[in-house]
Amino acid sequence: MADFGSSFDMPSSSSSETADAAELQRLIAVEQQKAQFQAQVHNFTDVCWDKCMPDKPSSKLDSRTETCLASCVERFIDTTLSITNRFTQMVQKGAH
Amino acid sequence: MDNFGSDFPSGSSGKMDTGTIMEQVKVQIAVANAQELLQRMTDKCFKKCIGKPGSTLDNSEQKCIAMCMDRYMDAWNTVSRTYNSRLQRERARI
Repeated sequence: MADFGSSFDMPSSSSSETADAAELQRLIAVEQQKAQFQAQVHNFTDVCWDKCMPDKPSSKLDSRTETCLASCVERFIDTTLSITNRFTQMVQKGAH
Repeated sequence: MDNFGSDFPSGSSGKMDTGTIMEQVKVQIAVANAQELLQRMTDKCFKKCIGKPGSTLDNSEQKCIAMCMDRYMDAWNTVSRTYNSRLQRERARI
């Protein structure tokens, strides 16, 4: 996924050009956020496919699989939060 | 993704139109997103559908791939909805 960077070096010799650059930066930040969301969905789908999909592809997603996928996403996020929190504590205590 | 400067007609003033730039940005993001989807889908469906690779893709393998693609997109949509709901729930707590 693209890295748009946080700075946008645009020549701004007038205040309207500065305003254009700021507006562009804001709009791009919005698209960047959407792109990050999509990237996360790709990651979650990758992980949760392995956890939840039955061996033989079926003609539609049954409700057990749907539930598994939803739970998988939620638990993966919970796991991420758990790890982040505990790691923060570990670092604060001076452990590595 | 490369620098945007070379892709746009600048016009006589040399200023780039915000709307045109944003259109191109959105298109490039969409293309990258589709490429990512196809790459991951291909990986999963190859693993699921192709056992010992033969000299061609036989009919059952082709059918499996088609079904697998549909299921992958169903799964992607489910994940997207779930993640979106979770984000909204987390934002509501703040």
